[in-house]
Amino acid sequence: MEKKLMKGNEAFAAAAISAGCRYYFGYPITPQNEVPEYMSRELRNVGGHFIQAESELASISFIYGAAAAGARCMTSSSSIGIALMQEGLGSCVVCELPCVIINVMRAGPGIGAIQPAQADYTQVVKSGMNGDAHCIVYAPTSIQEAVNMIYHAFDVADEYRNPVIICVDGMIGQMMEPVIIPESRAVIEEKDIEKTKPWALCGHRNRRDRNKINSVFLNQYELEDRIMNRLLPKFEKAKKELPEWESRNLEGAEAVFVAYGSTARIAIEAMELLEKEGIKVGIIRPKTLWPFPDAAFDEIDSKTTKVVISVELSLGQMLEDIRLALEGRYPTALINRVGGILLSPVEVAERTKAVLGGMK
Amino acid sequence: MKPVFEYTQGMRDKETHYCPGCSHGVAHRLIMEVLVERGELGKAIGVSPVGCSITAHQYLNVDMIESPHGRAPAVAAGIKRVHPKAQVFTYQGDGDLASIGGNEILHSAERGEKICTFFINNAIYGMTGGQMAPTTLIGQKATTCPYGRDLDNYGLPMKMAEIVSCMDLAVYVERVALNTPANIRKAKQAINRAFEVQKLGLGYAFVEILSACPTNWGLQPAKAMEWVTRNMIPYFPLGQLCCPEEVK
Ligand SMILES: Cc1ncc(C[n+]2csc(CCOP(=O)(O)OP(=O)(O)O)c2C)c(N)n1
Ligand code: SF4
Ligand SMILES: [Mg+2]
Repeated sequence: MEKKLMKGNEAFAAAAISAGCRYYFGYPITPQNEVPEYMSRELRNVGGHFIQAESELASISFIYGAAAAGARCMTSSSSIGIALMQEGLGSCVVCELPCVIINVMRAGPGIGAIQPAQADYTQVVKSGMNGDAHCIVYAPTSIQEAVNMIYHAFDVADEYRNPVIICVDGMIGQMMEPVIIPESRAVIEEKDIEKTKPWALCGHRNRRDRNKINSVFLNQYELEDRIMNRLLPKFEKAKKELPEWESRNLEGAEAVFVAYGSTARIAIEAMELLEKEGIKVGIIRPKTLWPFPDAAFDEIDSKTTKVVISVELSLGQMLEDIRLALEGRYPTALINRVGGILLSPVEVAERTKAVLGGMK
Repeated sequence: MKPVFEYTQGMRDKETHYCPGCSHGVAHRLIMEVLVERGELGKAIGVSPVGCSITAHQYLNVDMIESPHGRAPAVAAGIKRVHPKAQVFTYQGDGDLASIGGNEILHSAERGEKICTFFINNAIYGMTGGQMAPTTLIGQKATTCPYGRDLDNYGLPMKMAEIVSCMDLAVYVERVALNTPANIRKAKQAINRAFEVQKLGLGYAFVEILSACPTNWGLQPAKAMEWVTRNMIPYFPLGQLCCPEEVK
């Protein structure tokens, strides 16, 4: 496969098409506009459908319908647009409808700033949805990793019958890198949906009982049953099978960074700067944010590590999960910027020295 | 012996939860009779709203999905793109369609989505216990306008059929009522035309169905029908606002 220089957002869209996604619905918002633009250009060339929705409420409702009809479908948006989608996302979770959502994060709260941030951590990981609902969340650090994760996400969504969110920030969406788009997959034809997704809405053709997809429960015991016996086992399985992370230099490290997405790249550079000064720092990079890779923290070198530092572009949102995973084993600290400001490797290195200095 | 009247196979064998005199049951039955007579029950996919009819799938013998409040037209459009030959319809109340889902309905009409919408206008929020709807009449009492809807605060009731008919690709728009046997027969014909429009791929089809909610109007079923005749029809005139030659 040939390596091409591509902008993040365009590569994300190309990866989805390769994965067999033929339905995209979305509403414009910076910094992800190249995703719908690419889809509007390319989907029709492969027999797919693109609709510019009238709002994010509509985007996710189109998705809810198309997923219920058995199609591989995707939407994308950014932060405040994802906030508007929570209603439909919750419906997808409780109705067990597979779909993929890309969130190219910008700064918030409110309309916020279009510069990169990671302040949607709580929104996507803890979920802004009402009820006991989870989306599976991937957090790539490069365009190639995002492409691979998106390609894979459609399979995960189908396997778990659950929405999957790819959470990147505006930096990865907007930058260009050489990337390989994986080979195109065969697309399930409309006439075969009945067989591959027997629960989907296709019309019963007088051959079977009618299918119903419902999220309202007049009998609360039925809802408890749906949550306890269908959603919970799936969430438990996801926690066992899906966590992914990368760790480096943990052995002998004085401090361990935890960072995801574009911030992980900066943290790795800071780690190299510190190493030159004789300060040994390691890093854990969560690739899945939900389920959070708790097991990664067992790899920390207990003989040398004094502190675990969350490096993030938010007010310590991920730090909470790190503390839960650590269960009090190590002190923690936070190195962050917010509001659309990026950390630089030098700033991270300097602040790390201050953290270590404060610990004596 | 040849039966002269049968339970339509479009309806499932289940007693409805609707109040006595409620129009939802009548509207359900008409839509299902039409699909059975057209031989299209097996290719129909319905989208139910948030409102008293949210669990319409208990009664309608077609593949169905419940939509979040007001989003049914977008949900239906998503389904229709995947199954272009299916007969896809939304079934929505006035709170669902005219209030929270105002945007979805207008844009579906404007895009000329090849779906049908059956709009149950009962001038009230039935499910939540009788609050004011966008179609509540001036002077009509509701639990959130106990002194009657007033013009100063809320303006005039929304005439959705007229509004939708402004969209050129909403090619078939008709308002019918379920207040008399004659009007019920006309309603059935309108529903049939809507499905024919969809089958021929002519554009968006919208049928507003003036309906009774005796419970929240505080009226006996027979009086509620009279209320439709006396108060609703004068403000929401019946008839076709547009209709393509092919289905006239
Ligand atoms: C997002 C959201 N907001 C509010 C509600 C509460 N709610 C349920 S039904 C309803 C109004 C339904 O009225 P209408 O559409 O006229 O249907 P009817 O019951 O009269 O047939 C409302 C406001 C809800 N379920 N979801
Ligand atoms: S409350 Fe009104 S709309 Fe709802 S079932 Fe009763 S009569 Fe029908
Ligand atoms: Mg109503």
